[in-house]
Amino acid sequence: MKPAQFDYERPSSVAEALDLLRREDLFVKVLAGGQSLGPMLNLRLVQPDLLVDITGIPELKRAEPDSDGITLGACITNADIEDGRAPDVTGGVLPAIARGIAYRAVRNRGTIGGSLSHADPSADWVSGLAALGAEAIIRGGPQGDSGRRTLPIEDYMVGVFEAALEPGEILEAVRIPRLSARARWGYYKICRKTGEFAHAIGAVLYDPERSVCRAVIGATESTPLVVADAAFLFGDRPSDNLAATYDTAAAARLLDRKGMTDPFERQVHLAALRRAVDRASLQ
Amino acid sequence: MTVKGVGGRLIRKEDDRYMRGRGQFIADVRLAGMKDVAFVRSPVAHAQIRGIDIPDTLRHAVFTAGDTDIKPIRAVSGLAGFKVSEQPPLATGKVRQVGELVAMCLAGTRAEAEDIAAAVSLDLEELPAVSDMLEGRKPGAPLLHESWGDNIFLETLVDADLSATARTAPIRVTREIRTARQSMAPMEGKGVVAYWDSRLEQLTVYSSTQMPHIVRTGLSGCLGLDHGRIRVIAPDVGGGFGYKGILSPEEVCVCWLAIKSGLPVRWIEDRREHLIAGTNCREHHYLITGYADRDGKLLGIDCEATVDSGAYSAYPFSACLEAAQVASILPGPYDFPAYRCKTYSVATNKCPILPYRGVARTGVCFAMELLIDAIAREAGLEPHEVRLKNLVRPEQMPFDNITKKHFDSGDYPECLRRAVAAIDLPAVRDRQKRGEPDGRLIGVGVSIFCEQAAHGTSVYSGWGIPMVPGHEQATARVTPDGGLELRVGIQSHGQGLETTLAQVAHQVLGIDPEKISVVHGDTGYTPYSTGTWGSRCMVMAGGAVTRACQEIARRAARIGAWLMQTDEAKVTVRDGMVVGPSGSVTLGEIAKVWYLRPQDLPNDADPGGLETTAGYKPVRDSGTFSYAAHATVVAVDTEIGAVEILDYVIVEDGGVLVNPMIVDGQVYGGTAQGIGTALYEEMPFDEAGQPLASTFADYLLPGPTEVPELRIIHMETPSPYTEFGVKGIGEGGAIGPPAAIANAVNDALRLLGAELCVSPMTPRRIVDAIAAVKESGARRAAGDAA
Ligand SMILES: Cc1cc2nc3c(=O)[nH]c(=O)nc-3n(C[C@H](O)[C@H](O)[C@H](O)COP(=O)(O)OP(=O)(O)OC[C@H]3O[C@@H](n4cnc5c(N)ncnc54)[C@H](O)[C@@H]3O)c2cc1C
Repeated sequence: MKPAQFDYERPSSVAEALDLLRREDLFVKVLAGGQSLGPMLNLRLVQPDLLVDITGIPELKRAEPDSDGITLGACITNADIEDGRAPDVTGGVLPAIARGIAYRAVRNRGTIGGSLSHADPSADWVSGLAALGAEAIIRGGPQGDSGRRTLPIEDYMVGVFEAALEPGEILEAVRIPRLSARARWGYYKICRKTGEFAHAIGAVLYDPERSVCRAVIGATESTPLVVADAAFLFGDRPSDNLAATYDTAAAARLLDRKGMTDPFERQVHLAALRRAVDRASLQ
Repeated sequence: MTVKGVGGRLIRKEDDRYMRGRGQFIADVRLAGMKDVAFVRSPVAHAQIRGIDIPDTLRHAVFTAGDTDIKPIRAVSGLAGFKVSEQPPLATGKVRQVGELVAMCLAGTRAEAEDIAAAVSLDLEELPAVSDMLEGRKPGAPLLHESWGDNIFLETLVDADLSATARTAPIRVTREIRTARQSMAPMEGKGVVAYWDSRLEQLTVYSSTQMPHIVRTGLSGCLGLDHGRIRVIAPDVGGGFGYKGILSPEEVCVCWLAIKSGLPVRWIEDRREHLIAGTNCREHHYLITGYADRDGKLLGIDCEATVDSGAYSAYPFSACLEAAQVASILPGPYDFPAYRCKTYSVATNKCPILPYRGVARTGVCFAMELLIDAIAREAGLEPHEVRLKNLVRPEQMPFDNITKKHFDSGDYPECLRRAVAAIDLPAVRDRQKRGEPDGRLIGVGVSIFCEQAAHGTSVYSGWGIPMVPGHEQATARVTPDGGLELRVGIQSHGQGLETTLAQVAHQVLGIDPEKISVVHGDTGYTPYSTGTWGSRCMVMAGGAVTRACQEIARRAARIGAWLMQTDEAKVTVRDGMVVGPSGSVTLGEIAKVWYLRPQDLPNDADPGGLETTAGYKPVRDSGTFSYAAHATVVAVDTEIGAVEILDYVIVEDGGVLVNPMIVDGQVYGGTAQGIGTALYEEMPFDEAGQPLASTFADYLLPGPTEVPELRIIHMETPSPYTEFGVKGIGEGGAIGPPAAIANAVNDALRLLGAELCVSPMTPRRIVDAIAAVKESGARRAAGDAA
């Protein structure tokens, strides 16, 4: 279990990193915290010619709050979020999710950008950030170094282990909206042991001041099921007591549409969402 | 004064180096010019090898069976009807398991060796695989070893006519019970470093093993090399649990290559190899029927047990270690009149089954204890009451049970009563009636079992195991400054024997344990021994150390008496001194005279001096019987199938405890593994025989947050047959938990009518079991309506 031979570069700017990524003669792979890529290299599931370590790029480590939200550089680590080094604009959602990821040693290195780009269906950020209505900021592409495009997080993960990155692009940052003081949220991760990847995730965000009601059922076989307008899950009348009007049958129909037929999978995913709703509810 | 001898809670002597990261494990062994090996392994479970394609440029660095003259590994059970498998360390003709070694690649680093391995391609003609032992038992199943005509290593039968019991017994309960295939998963995997010492003309082998002497004997056979040409050294070993109680094909191959190449060669197992190709254990299936009176008194047990033995018979314990034990130990601590047990050891296209802490007993305890609970439910009695009706009683000790197991001592009912009291059964029953605010269901479960340990010559020859332990020996040597060196053939890898053997020596000679060093794990320094397994070391090596130290005491007494000019009969040895009627001399002074001032000795001094080797067997070699009751309270989240352990009590009687702190450590560690067996650990296979858990992301081990605080209560009934009354206790922790936890889960699910008879009890299995009851209920309701 040792990786095949590769070269290694550690550029200090996004422009330099993009230069390396544009090399067509080489199979180039971005390395962030290495917590997912490392094992894949060791198992020889990927055998790149060149690793571009982006953790030495200051632009990717920034955490810039403003009145509407915060932009977190792709190399912000789970531990940065857990410890509050990256300011929280979400009333505790982000640190709560971060704390439940893996073990501290993994959180010290694993990055928010790496997690999203790795696009593991069981990962926490692909579901958690989708519930918050976050966006992926992608840098590079046809317009070169200054090229930038933005996608809703749920569109950044396009399939199992597949992110919406074109050749010569990297994920630069994540834009997370600031929640209002009245916002209510719940996040429920079902896993068998501490630090394990999720078997089911339920997430709900109700922020009436911003007219937001979102829900996510995650850790499915593929991309999470993201409901951008989730009012119908609450009889079209979401309130601070979300649980009071929560409609399990409506949630079950979402699973039908997703094609989830296994009774056990359905039961635990519905349980995860309902428990997230319970957590979000003022009772 | 702190007790440093038997019974003392001494801090472990070995911990200083471990805690400071100064241990030396196999991967820490670095030799000049050392090369690394990576293996080409079979990617499929069953295939004919049509060709092995090695690029010409790499031919010099790749070795296949055809390049070697290694003899196959054979572990032949002495039981009648056993069919012999030959395991060629490098495959010839066929491969019979995923991960089987096909070629060996040598390079400067492991990564380069893996590059070479990746360039070797195999031309394999896939054959249908046997991935399930029950399928493999059927006529017409694909054959692993064609000449056998079937896939059955061995059938055994303990026969009895139970027809009368079956006709008249008021209660008859039948269950199909299954335990998953597991991996022992010690923290350190296996590894071997070997080189040819041209000065000594000796193959020096560093191996991460529990039994250096047995590895030496095995290597001698496979390599056709005299024992004298082989030295095996086990450095610090990071856990074994049975996995390192084997001769592995990798060990044989690496040694052959070291001789062939003249270079130091090493192979360090990685976790993927470990999981898919190395560590498999535990997989049992039981079809078991219990007969009982309405008051819970057992009338008979009828069982058919099948063990998935994997593709080959592993050396030295053979493919039948588990099944051969099952038949004799299934009755457990119970006294009942009629017993029949048929066993099958079935060859499948999986890696050979190896012993794992608890060996067979964990599965047996699971089967028996689930059955007892099912009988209790049928009889409408508390499960512990049924047990109390059937447990062997203290006044019956020593007791020969229905399979002629000889129970040495103990009070089993008292052990169970204490466990039930400690778990506070009435309080749990009250809590169940009240219900939980979060809707979870509470359950309480117990299990009780005995742990035969340090079983000796007669037991192992009776089981047909090719390795039979005899007398255990130890060498004791007083050093010129009055310190003591003990040399033992066992290997300590977590058991704390560097401490406990020193405590035993201290008990006899009074030398401070600080001045006692224990040399182990090296065939070059120590007397032959079958090594560390079967919870035998404290009894066997402890006994041998005692005998050797007693002899040293006698000899020291004689010299001491001479020095004090008194009669030998008038002196005693204590506190590191020979004490006479009017004075004393220290062992240090005596040693100084023996080694450095022999002119002060009489002419007829004992020429043996202050060094001796002594051998030991207990008064009976049928083994010591430790026993324990485990009791636990769990909360089951029925919606998602999650189990939380709320309380866990262990009442353990391990005889006289040499170091209670070390015993607690053994119990904690074993119980953590038992919790893994109960709830997490499983090595599943698909129909083609592919192992589906190749990393720890898929093979779940309990971590610190999954293991609750355990409450341990000790009883100390001495064994009448051993030095100091000690008993073996190394495995018990891993035996009791699956049964106790399953019984607790089933107690929680009782009102729903659901019951699980399988380990591990995963969320899916729990949810499915509940759903199955609902479905059959719905079907019944629909049937009633129609
Ligand atoms: C034991 C263990 C347990 C874990 N448990 C959990 C868990 O419970 N929940 C969870 O969510 N995660 C879990 N993880 C995953 C962990 O969160 C990782 O941090 C994460 O998946 C990858 O982040 P990374 O920074 O290490 O990325 P890397 O491993 O460095 O990279 C991952 C992939 O993303 C690509 N990549 C990285 N950064 C960028 C970028 N900026 N732009 C484009 N591509 C990029 C890489 O090329 C690679 O393909 C666990 C990991 C381990 C080892």
